[in-house]
Formats: sequence, C-alpha cells, structure tokens
Amino acid sequence: MTIKIKTNKLNIYYGDKQAVKSLDIEIYNNEILGIIGPANSGKTTFLRSLNRLNDLSPSFSHDGEVLIDGVDIYSKGVDVNSLRKRVGMVFALPLPLPMSIYENIVYGPKRQGLTDKKKLNEIVEASLKEAYLWDEVKDRLDLQAMRLSGGQQQRLCIARTLAVEPEIILFDEPSSGLDPISTARVEEAMVKLKEKYTIVLVTNHTKQAARVSSRVAFFLMGEMIEIDKTDRIFTNPKDSRTEGYISGKFG
Amino acid sequence: MNPKLAQKIAFIILLLATILVIVPVGMIVVIIVVKGAPAINWEFLLAMPSKGMRAGGIFPAIVGTIYLVAATILFAIPVGVFSAIYLVEYARENLLTRMVKLAIINLAGVPSIVYGLFGLGLFVIFLGFGPSIIAGALTLAIMILPIIITTSKEALDSVPRSYREASLALGASKWQTIRHVVLPSALPGILTGIILGISRAAGETAPILFTVAAFYLPRLPRTMFDQVMVLPYHLFVVSTQIPNIKTEYTYATALVLVGIVLIANLAAIILRSKYRKKI
Amino acid sequence: MNIKFRRFSEFLIEKAIFLSGIISILFVVLIFAFLLKEGLALFKYVSVKDFIFGAEWYPISEPPKFGIISLIMGSVWVTAGAIIISVPIGIAAAIYISEIAPRKIRGILKSGIEMLAAIPSVVIGFIGITTLVPLVKNVFGLSTGLTALSGSIMLAFMAIPTIVSIAEDAFYSIPKRYKEAALALGATHWQTIWRVLIKAAFPGIVAASMLGIGRVIGETMAVMMITGNVAKIPNSIFDPVRTLTATIAAEMGEAVRGSDHYFALFAIGIVLFVITFLINLIADIYINRELK
Repeated sequence: MTIKIKTNKLNIYYGDKQAVKSLDIEIYNNEILGIIGPANSGKTTFLRSLNRLNDLSPSFSHDGEVLIDGVDIYSKGVDVNSLRKRVGMVFALPLPLPMSIYENIVYGPKRQGLTDKKKLNEIVEASLKEAYLWDEVKDRLDLQAMRLSGGQQQRLCIARTLAVEPEIILFDEPSSGLDPISTARVEEAMVKLKEKYTIVLVTNHTKQAARVSSRVAFFLMGEMIEIDKTDRIFTNPKDSRTEGYISGKFG
Repeated sequence: MNPKLAQKIAFIILLLATILVIVPVGMIVVIIVVKGAPAINWEFLLAMPSKGMRAGGIFPAIVGTIYLVAATILFAIPVGVFSAIYLVEYARENLLTRMVKLAIINLAGVPSIVYGLFGLGLFVIFLGFGPSIIAGALTLAIMILPIIITTSKEALDSVPRSYREASLALGASKWQTIRHVVLPSALPGILTGIILGISRAAGETAPILFTVAAFYLPRLPRTMFDQVMVLPYHLFVVSTQIPNIKTEYTYATALVLVGIVLIANLAAIILRSKYRKKI
Repeated sequence: MNIKFRRFSEFLIEKAIFLSGIISILFVVLIFAFLLKEGLALFKYVSVKDFIFGAEWYPISEPPKFGIISLIMGSVWVTAGAIIISVPIGIAAAIYISEIAPRKIRGILKSGIEMLAAIPSVVIGFIGITTLVPLVKNVFGLSTGLTALSGSIMLAFMAIPTIVSIAEDAFYSIPKRYKEAALALGATHWQTIWRVLIKAAFPGIVAASMLGIGRVIGETMAVMMITGNVAKIPNSIFDPVRTLTATIAAEMGEAVRGSDHYFALFAIGIVLFVITFLINLIADIYINRELK
C-alpha cells in the first residue's frame, strides 16, 4: 500500500488555542479512512488542513508538515488553488452554489479554463453518474440546485467535487443533515468512489465509520488516540478511551 | 401616575412625533405635484428656456442632469464596488482598515459645499478642466462613494461564507470566487446602492455650483468638457434669482427634480425589500 | 484561457481592488490638502485670530474685512435651533418605529423617512420660501420671515432622517435579554423603554445627535435660501443670519480667482472641514462604544 497523505508532528492553532496536537498520521491510496471522536476533538480542523481551507481564518497557524505524495502542501511554491483541485471536499451541510445543477457541476472545470461545450457535457454526465444522481436529474439539469432535496443536494456536491477530477476527497460529516435513506445513498456512492480516490471521512456517527471505512482513527481533544483496521477498532481497541467512546460512555 | 396611563400618554406622544415627521414629507410631495403638474407638458420638458427663463422649457437642464449623473455613476461604480470588495474580502483587522473605514465615514460627513470647493480647486483649476461635466461628475462621484461602498459592503457581507468555501474547495481562485459566486449573489444589493447614489447625485446643488452648473445656457453639451444647466441649480435660480416668474414654472421644475429623485429612491427601496426577503 | 495570462490579470485586478480599497483615505487627504493649499494663502493678509474672531465680513470693500465670527454665530444659531427641534422628535420617532409600531406600518414609516432624506436640499429650500417663510413672518409679526428660526425648522427636517436611522439602529441592537428581563420584573413596556432601553441605547443616541449636527452645519442650499443672508451676529432667533456654508455658496461665484476673497472662502472651507471631521470622529467613537 502506498502512502498518499502523511503528517509529521502537525500542530494547529487558532490564536492561542491548540486544535490539533502533534499529529502523525498516514493515509493510504484508495482507502477510506474514517475519523471519529467527540465534538471539538480536532477532526474537522485536521480535515480542513488537508486542502488548506483553514487559511481562511485569520487566527490560524500551524507547524509540522502535511505531505501529499511526499510534498509539504504548506511549503512555498505550492499553488493553493491547484491543491484544492487535487483535494476535493464535501461539506457537512449540502452547499450547492446558487445556480443550476448543470452550472454547479461545470463550475470547477470552467474555472480551470475548460470551455469546450461537449467536454463539459461529458463531465456533467460522468460525475452525476458516479455520484448516483444522474437518473434523478438528467431531464432537469437547468433546475436551480437549491430546489433539490437535501440528499440530492449532497450527492450533487459530491458530483461537483468529482468533476474537477481530484485525487483525494474529504468528507466532513457528509450526512449530518440527511435522513437515513439519503445517508445510505451517499454512503453507497462513497464506497464505490474508493476504487478511484483516497477518501478521508470525518463523522459523528461511529456506525457510519464502521460501515464504510477500511481503517478508523479516533481523535480526542486534538490528539489521535488510536488508528487501526476498522474491525479491530470496533472489536478490540487498544486504548480504554477508544472503547469508552465507541461503547457510548462519552461523546 | 398609574403606569398603564403613563404608557398610554407616552406612546401617544411618540406617535405624534412620528406623524410630525411623516406628514410634512407627504405634504411637500403633494404641494409640488398639485402646483407643478398643470405646467408640465411636452413643451416644458423638451423646449429650450426663453425670455430670461420665464418661458419655454427646461430641456437643457434635464439633459445636463442626465449627462452629469451618468458620468458620475460611471466614475463611482468601479471604485465604490472594488472598495467594498476590498473591505469585505481582502482587508484584515488592522490599522489600515480602521483608517479606511474612518475615511469613508468622513467622506460621508464632509459638507457638500466643501466638495464644491474641492472640485473647484482640484478639477476645475489644478487639472484645468474648467467648469465642465467631467469636473462636476468627478466631484459628485467622490461625494457618493460612501453611499455605494456602504451598500455594496452590506450586500457582500450578506453572501454566506459557505458559498465562498464551496467555490474555493473546488479549486477556484479567490478572484474567481468573488467574480462568479459572490458578486452575482450580491448584485441586487449593489444595484440598490447605485440607485441611491444616482438619486443623491441628481439632487445635489452645492458641489456643482462652481464645477459644472451653468446659470443660463440654452444649448446641449457636445463634450465632457462643456458646461451644462442642471436641474437642482436651475430650481435654485428660478426660485431665488429671477423676479416675476410664474410660480407654476418653478413648481414644475421642482416636480421634475423630485420626480427623478423619488422614483429612483422608490426603485431602490423596492429592490432592497425584495432582495432582503430572498435571503 | 492561458493560465499565465489568467494569473497575471488576476494579479492586476487584485491590485486595483487594493487601490480602490484605500482610495477613500487618499480622497480625504486630497480634500484637506486642496482646502489648505487655497485657504492658507489668506493668512498672509489676515491673522488667524482676526479671521476667526473678527466681527466684520466685508470681503469686497476697501480695505476688505475677513472676520467670520458673525458667520460662525449664524451657523451656531441655526444649528442649535435645528438640533433642539430635531433631536427630541427624531429620537421619539426612532423609539416609535423600532419599539412600538406594528410590523406592517414600520416598513412604511421607514420608507417615508428615507424619502425625506432623499428630497434635494434645494427643493426643501424652495418649499421653505413658499410655505414656511410667510408663515413665520405672519405668526410672529416680523418684517421678514427669512430668519434663523425658519432655517432651523427646515434644517431640523433634514437632520431627522439621519437621527432616526442611527438611533433606530441603536435601539435595534440592544440585546433582547435586557428588554425581557425588565418586562419579566413586571415593568410596563413604556417603563422598560424609559428606564432600560434609552440608557442602553444612549451612546447610539449621542452618535445620532452628533451626526445630525454634522448634517445641519454642512447644509448649504436650503439655509442660503431661507435664512436671509445677513452677515451680522444675530441677537435673537428672529433675526436674519448667514451661515459659513451659505457664504461660500453665495460668494464663490463672484470671487476673483487668486484674490484674498477667494482664499478667504477656502479658509471657511477649512473651518467647516475641521468641524465636521471632529463631529464625525466623536460620533464614530460613540458608535463603536455601543458595539462593545
């Protein structure tokens, strides 16, 4: 298994507050790594450091390294826009842009300078199919994306992310606003995507992590307590805190 | 006194104060419409003034106002909108930003006649434009800048942060995000500011006194460097400088001016309320 | 599109945004610089003390006199009158609109006040001449209705929209819990407003009044048309007066460029700029205090 993402002694701060503490983690190609843990454990902060969306908060600072394919993405000379193209992200709440379904999908590719109408159409079809949404919307691509149901919107956001052909996809609690049926469809899409992409999934539902991840990491108060194969974490965790969280003692 | 009774009396006083503000507004509009409307006809709107402005029409003043306002807006929009973009999207909390905000507040507070002096000193004399549309428009543009910046800023602020994140996460650059996501969402709010700016520019007199307004010039301007007659100054002239003028003529001039300004304002109010509902 | 070209054009756009962002500072500096450039020349002929405190303004007699105390007093009288009228009414209207008016009426009232703000000052002046000036003359039995009082009344109307909108923001931004706490203790709605809300909104009310003063001092056209334009220190509110602003507006047209008269009018501009700058600064301090 090749290593896709690796951090060395990663510390993340917001002002004086440390959100992630001395994190060393390796994430492999074509796996789904589930990250679980209670609120404020640094899961989302870590996730947003992988596409440098943290840069948007003025108080953000970090030290240590975040290597993707062996290159520190915080080093000088790394173009943050191309980084974000390689590392896609699906947010907690479905966030379609205020435009049509079609425009949402082609938004990324167009910004990269792609204007060929035929190519754009192909991208729309392919990415909607990959996100299991094509059949539901193929006849109404001009519809305002906001008018889709919550689950459809979230799959549209996945499709939109796929359209820029990322290598890594970050999911930030992707089903927190969805009903169980929509959640199942999103998870179905995720498992399928593993074949082509490396996926990091932050979730509040330990069961979701159990269903889809190949490995699971447990975060607590900014520290990674444990990381292991999914079945081992859930059947035989090494750390008592992991066991406590999974069995519902806290969190 | 019984608290319930005290409340009743207090509320009645507050209501009366409010009525005291609102009723005269209505009265001003009604007086101008009633006394001015009879004198309005095609000749009044489309003819040159004659007999020392006691007869004929106000066509050159209408055209002059349109040219002047158009030029003003042309100067003010890009600078104002870009300035708002800077404050919302780029500026950090530091001394420079604090100074920019203070400067905007002060631009809004500088008396209009001081703008007139400034326009005279910089554009008319120092840059040698002479009294001209361009000198007047630049002066007015700086004057309405705070209006456009403040309303545009409010519109940009109201665009959810999540739109920006979604766009950036797709690999779009900061400017692309602003250009393709933020600006389209903020457009109605920005338009409101522009219309309010138009309304203000069309009604101001003091800043144009020495920079563009002509007392009596019964022809249309040919270039940006010509002087023009302008409605608010024309109203000042006919209501104070010309003895024995028919009052309908003066009221009709006021009606045209108030009509332009209030219709623009009404449009801005409607646009804004529709837009606020949508968000 | 070529990536390099795109990067370059974005670089240019972001530079333009930055420049536009800070251009307001430049304009404030430019305005002040040009006022100084043209206005300071006066002080080769007249001392600052004689300019500010001199009682006589005879700019074109021989020798000319450039004392502006009568103009300052003109502005002060008109402004004081306008503020005495507009602050109570404006604050009362702001309370009514933000606290008492039913939701539906609130929108209409706010639009009405915005309309008032939009009416051009020259129109206010014109209406003042035709309606208010004769009224003042008849009611008080004066020889002319062109007085400081007429100016104050008209300017009060022009200041009210500013006062209402700032004061209304102040009331609006008071945390709901203040109001709820007072009501929960059994206070009536009015007691809550009078004892709690007005206190909480006080910095905003001060800021509203300051900005109202700024608006009135800077007002030009209406005041020039209504106050009679006599450059003499007024004895009462029924005297005709001339303000700083009206002097510039009325005389700049005739002043010879580069003459001492011309410089003197710019020097008045400096005085106005400094006054309004200070007023806005104070208002800004109070508005920021309210936010904390």
